[in-house]
Amino acid sequence: MNPNPVESAALTMLAISATLAVWRLLRGPSLPDRVLAVDTLATIGLAFIAVQAMVAGRAEIIDVGIAMALIVGLATVAFAHFLERSIRPPGEEGEDGR
Amino acid sequence: MAADLLVAVCLLTGATLVLVSALGLARMPDLLLRMHATSKATTLGATLILTAAAIDFSAIAVTTRVLAIVAFLFLTAPLAAHLLARVSYFLGIPLSHHTVLDELAGKYDHASHLLAGAEAPAGTREAQGPTGQSARR
Repeated sequence: MNPNPVESAALTMLAISATLAVWRLLRGPSLPDRVLAVDTLATIGLAFIAVQAMVAGRAEIIDVGIAMALIVGLATVAFAHFLERSIRPPGEEGEDGR
Repeated sequence: MAADLLVAVCLLTGATLVLVSALGLARMPDLLLRMHATSKATTLGATLILTAAAIDFSAIAVTTRVLAIVAFLFLTAPLAAHLLARVSYFLGIPLSHHTVLDELAGKYDHASHLLAGAEAPAGTREAQGPTGQSARR
């Protein structure tokens, strides 16, 4: 159940990466910077889940990654979409009626 | 034994890539450079770590799930990066002072978010001939 040295090294590197991403998330300076930090943080979490599944020897944990990969990518796309709509001046919404 | 070695190599390479991209995220001077550092390297790093998990379990069920996750990542990561970079350009996020060339400057219509000349019919560029091409450079 304990991680072997290789898995420990990978987990340590991922933890440092997550710390750096959180630092960027807190520091900003702009909203897209924070969105990018959340996106990166979630991908690091996905890698973490994979390593954790290997450490625990339980393949079911990888299922969590499927949901995470889907939600995170679409969340960033949705964020960018609504950010773009929010800066478009009113009356210029386009012809498709959105 | 060989599989263990392959797992170790994939795991460490992937973790190193993720670490390098997170360093880029923290240290790069502006948003587009941070995006350049993270969007590709993180995807590849996560893919390598998932591949290590697939080799480690060596079961069809796990491999299928890993393939699905990798497909989602490769579908959504470039899309998200493109849309985020696009919206950051419209928001006017300042570029690093090391930037030497902004080829999009003045080419976007900021009301409709279309590129200038995007509606031009195909063939007008070729009609200019070789002199028009050299004048554009």
